[in-house]
Parts: sequence; structure tokens; C-alpha cells
Amino acid sequence: MANVTLKNIRKNYDKTEVIHGVDLDINSGEFMVFVGPSGCGKSTLLRMIAGLEDITEGEISIGGEIVNKIIAAERGVAMVFQSYALYPHMTVFDNMAFALKQAKTPVDEIQRRVTEAAKILQIENLFERLPKQLSGGQRQRVAIGRAIVRDPKVFLFDEPLSNLDAALRVQTRIEIAKLHNQLTATMIYVTHDQVEAMTLADRIVVINQGIIEQVGTPVELYNSPKNQFVAEFIGSPKMNMINLQDKRSLNLKNLNLPSEASKIGIRPEHINLANHESHKLRGTVRHIENLGEHLLCYVNLEMNSEITAKLDVNSDIRVNEIINLKWHQDHQHFFDSMGFSLN
Amino acid sequence: MKKITLSSLFSQLLLLIFVIAWIAPTFGLFISSLRDKDVLAISGWWTSFATTEVNEIYRTEGKDAQVKEGDYYFIKSNLFGEDKGKQIFRFGVTSKNIDEYQVGESALFKDGTEITVLENGDYIWKSQEEFKKKKGKRVFVSAKSPPSFTLDNYKEVLFKEGLGQAFLNTFAVALPSTLIPLIICSFFAYALTWMKFYGRDILLATIIASLVVPLQMSLIPILTIYNDFGALFGVAAKSYPGIWMAHTGFGLASTTFLLWNFLKSLPQEMMEAAKVDGATHYDTFIKIVVPLSIPAFASIFILQFLWVWNDLLVGLVFLDKHPSEIILTAKLKELLGSRGENWEILTTGAFVSMTVPLFIFFSLQRYFIRGLVAGSIKG
Repeated sequence: MANVTLKNIRKNYDKTEVIHGVDLDINSGEFMVFVGPSGCGKSTLLRMIAGLEDITEGEISIGGEIVNKIIAAERGVAMVFQSYALYPHMTVFDNMAFALKQAKTPVDEIQRRVTEAAKILQIENLFERLPKQLSGGQRQRVAIGRAIVRDPKVFLFDEPLSNLDAALRVQTRIEIAKLHNQLTATMIYVTHDQVEAMTLADRIVVINQGIIEQVGTPVELYNSPKNQFVAEFIGSPKMNMINLQDKRSLNLKNLNLPSEASKIGIRPEHINLANHESHKLRGTVRHIENLGEHLLCYVNLEMNSEITAKLDVNSDIRVNEIINLKWHQDHQHFFDSMGFSLN
Repeated sequence: MKKITLSSLFSQLLLLIFVIAWIAPTFGLFISSLRDKDVLAISGWWTSFATTEVNEIYRTEGKDAQVKEGDYYFIKSNLFGEDKGKQIFRFGVTSKNIDEYQVGESALFKDGTEITVLENGDYIWKSQEEFKKKKGKRVFVSAKSPPSFTLDNYKEVLFKEGLGQAFLNTFAVALPSTLIPLIICSFFAYALTWMKFYGRDILLATIIASLVVPLQMSLIPILTIYNDFGALFGVAAKSYPGIWMAHTGFGLASTTFLLWNFLKSLPQEMMEAAKVDGATHYDTFIKIVVPLSIPAFASIFILQFLWVWNDLLVGLVFLDKHPSEIILTAKLKELLGSRGENWEILTTGAFVSMTVPLFIFFSLQRYFIRGLVAGSIKG
């Protein structure tokens, strides 16, 4: 267990800067998730912590020790890759034992640690198999097992679930969460999937275009996003942004509008149908998706904007119908013209 | 059932043509090498499966073989020496009339002696007086020769003509000349692919550029340099290490390029995993890259080996022509000059030189399996 500290981290590829000064404290034993759209620099950041990318500027320390100049193998980190990256010519046992053999660990110690890790992941019966004889989920377990045997201070996960199918992804997600409770090691997890981030993380770091937009617990990010990017990125379907200029759609009465506000954000799940008198929003239904537990209703407003509303399955609405909508005041977010939250 | 389209038909046809174009001469060469040298000289290999008619000359035994029975002296023996399965149907005793008599008839020599030749070559030569000549007389026979194959040509070529030694010499050239570049280039290609260093791209570009330099152009300058350096250390001008180095040098660029192409295709995350697991570049190379590169090594081994095995030019320039150094191709060329009319030696020699490439190809081709990397990454 160790804390990880990033101080003013910058990264250049040739002359293009892709990480623009990141400061971050990751506590010992914390499950930290880096989330952001693809190409935002989250993987680069993780790879810099792992020692696979040079650090152009700034300092990374693990457990209080600055690791900028320390090679990957000696940083006390273990990494689980998106593509599993198993050694195809080695058996499962050899794959898991490889790092220990490199470190010249005694044979019985290797045996003990590999068996222990395999027990945690329930892959003891696969020891003699080659990676090509395993299913995707089993390969991912072996990849995680390979990280566990090294008993690292910090686990690094680089989108480990993105190659699995939906059902397996949920299952493995739960297993990783359990693993974290069991091992109590510091874990850093990169994903572009905000559901993974919300479900796994102690804290989430939202990264966009090489800078940190916000750091906080899943609930904090959901309830009080600092800016429009975080607001739209966290939550699914994403938060609706309604331009306050759209006076024909919006009923601005009783909104407690801050003076600088230019947009109002409301999550689809906080929108309900309203009657003509109490409505705050009015628009034309363009499309309805029935998901069984609720309806996803796409509503066109004036000024060419579209919003999504998560409505009760029994709502009596039809396509092309003009409907009235409302939301609770506690669930509204105002943003200024720069996209910063005014709440 | 696969649909037969015009283009698939065309490609099948093309394949058939290629197969025939390759198999027919090889097969012919093989059959020819197994035929009797006399038959080989007068008829094509395709006739060897049918019974053919041949006209041959044999000589009877001389006076040493005679026995006296009653009033007459006899020489009884077989024209062929041993039974070769040939069937004589006519024979003669003068070159003017070589098929004068039926088998079983008695023919008269000018000196009054009488000979009877039987179908299987047995003859009885009868004389009233004692035979006095050491040499026998000529007998002309027309015989039906059944298909017959022999390994005599191989015995002759391998042990008498010195092709066996040349064969070993070529091995002594080809094996190191294949393995040395393979070893050097695998390290080099790894560095070019997976290590970051200054000037890497320029180095790679240089290698690719050097692929276009023809060997014939650089051969003599390299020999001169080699000789000058050799003289400095007292090394003979023409020797095995010299040709090893030459072949290594000429093979370096293409081998590196091919291996680089292959190593590039290994998954990057696997290499990074090895790095995080504490493997140095050397460990990664030995424990991960080499086991995964066996198919590439095998195909490059075949290419380079065939190239060296079939090479004549470099072998002529860098090696002497005396028996301990001459290589197979040079030896064949020599035979072609001195024994050009002896087809049995040439066909056999050619086939001997072909066996090794064929053997190498068929024994290594099972490594040409794809998907050895399967299982490392998703899929």
C-alpha cells in the first residue's frame, strides 16, 4: 500500500503537449478511477505512473519516493492491460510466475504466491493451459493474477474490461471491486465508461484534453459537477443542457435564476410530466424508446435543441405530441457562459 | 460447396500449370538419374517405363574360359555378365549385319568358329581348335530391354567424381552462412523495433536502401578489402570464414528487413507487460520474442539457406577450387565443362544438389503456421 502523488505533470510528444500540468493526490488504499473521452490523456497519465512513458515535466512519487528515474519494474506497480498482454507461448502458471522468476524469487515461494493468487481468482484448474485455450474472461483473470502475484504497492488497470462482452464486463467489474476490498491495495483504473467509474471508484478523476476537470467521489460528481463537461460526462443518458435564451420552451417563473446563468442542466431521470399550469418546459416528442423499466423520450425544443427525459413506462405520450415537463428545483444546475457551474 | 467462378477456375488452372511446370522437370531429372547411363544417352526419361529395343555390342570371353569336351573346345558364358532381364531377339557377328541371326541359331565367325546366342544372353562358342586369343570376339545383339533402374550413377557421382565431398563443403558453407546472419539480425531487428535510440529511423532507412545494391557490384571490392585485412593477420585469401562473412554481409539487409517486419507485428502491450514484469531487453528478447518468432526464423532460414546453397558466384570468388573447398554448384559447373556429354553424372549431380533444399523446405514448412501469437491479446 502506498499513496501516489502527481505534481504538475506534463507530457510532450515531440512539440505537442498532451498533458497540461496535472496535480493529484491518490491516498493509500484508495480506488481511483481516471475517466474521460478517448484521447484525453488518461492512459498516458497511467502509463507515466507505470514507467512506460517518460515524464516531460513534473514529479510522480509512489509511497513518498520520487519515481521519475526509476524503471517500471522497480516502482512496485503492476499493470493490467486492455488486451490482457499475456505471453502466448507460456502456460497460465508461467505467465503468472514470470515476474517472480525475473526477480529471482525462490521456487517454493513462487509456487506459494501463484497458487494463492489463483485461489483468489479461481483459476487454479487452468495452470497448464495456454492463453489461446482460454476464454476472454479467463484471460483477463490470468492478467489480473499476474498483477496480484507481484504483491504491488499500486495496481494499474488500463481499460481492463473493454474487450469483454457486456455480461462478463458486469461480472468482472464486481470481482475487481471485491478484489480491492480483499487486497486493500491502492488501485488506479482507467476507463472511458462512466458506469465503471461510478460503480468502482472511491474517487473519480475526470480528465479532458490533458487537464483534470474535477476530482471527487462518484456522488459528488453526480450531484455537484463543477462544470458543464463533468455534468454531461457523468450520468447516462447525459445531462440535458437547455439554453436559457429559449424562452418559448422554458417557463422561467420560480427558477431562482442567477444573473450570469446562460444554461440550465437537468438530468433525464429528474424530468417528469407536468400539467399545463405547473410546466417548466414544453416541447415536441420526436422519438420514444421503451426500455421496460422506463421510457426514454426525446423531446425537441425550440431553437433546435433536443433533450432526453426518463419517464414512467405508463406515461401516455405519443410521437409528435406536444408535452409539458417539470423537474424538482434541487436537481437543477446552472452554468455560466464559460460552462462553469453556478450552484 | 464452394461456387466455381471463372476467376477461381483460372487460378486453379494456373496452379496446375505451375505444378506441372515444376514437377515435370524435377521428376524427369530424378528418373534420369536412376537410369542406366547407356540407355540415358539414347532415349528420353519418359521411355524408361516401357520396354525398349536396344542395339548393343558385347565381347565374349577369351581363351582362359575355354573347356574341352570331346573333340571340341567350348566357351560357355553370358554376354551380359549377369542376367539383367534383357531379352535378345536377334544377333549378329559383323558390324555390317548386326541382326543377321535369330536367337538360338548358330552363327559362323570368319575363322570358322560357331556361336549360338540364347535369349537371356547365354552363348556357346564352339571351335574345333583351341582358342588362342586372349580377347574374345564382338557380338552384336538386338535386345528388348525392360524398365530398369539403378543406383550406380549415385555411387559413381558421390564417391568417384568427388561430388560427395563438394556436398559436405556446401554444407560447411551454407549452415554457418545461414545461422550467423539469423542470429545477428534477430538481435538487430529487435533493437530496431523495440528499443528507442537516436538515429533508429535513419538506420532502418539505410538498411532498406542497401537492399537495392546488387551483390555482383560489391563482390570484388569486398573481396579486396577482405584480402587486405586477411593479409594483415596472415589469413588465407580464400577460406571458409571468408565466405561465411561474405554471405552474412550480403544476407544482412534482407534478413533484418524481414525480421523487422515480423517483430513489428508482436503486440506492444505484451512487450510492455514484460517490461513491468521486470524483464530487461535481453530477457524480453530471449524469453518472449525468440519463442514467438520461430515461424519467422524458419521461413528466413529457408530463404537464406536456399540462396546460399544455390549460390555459385560468391562460392567461386571466395573459395578455392581444390577438392576440400569446392562447393556443389562449382563442382557441377566443372563437370558440365569436362564431362558435358555424361548425362548420368549431370542429372545425378543436379538431383543430389536439389535434395537438401527440398528436405529443408519440407521439414521446416510445418513452422509456417500462422497465429502463434494467438492468445496474447483479445480475440
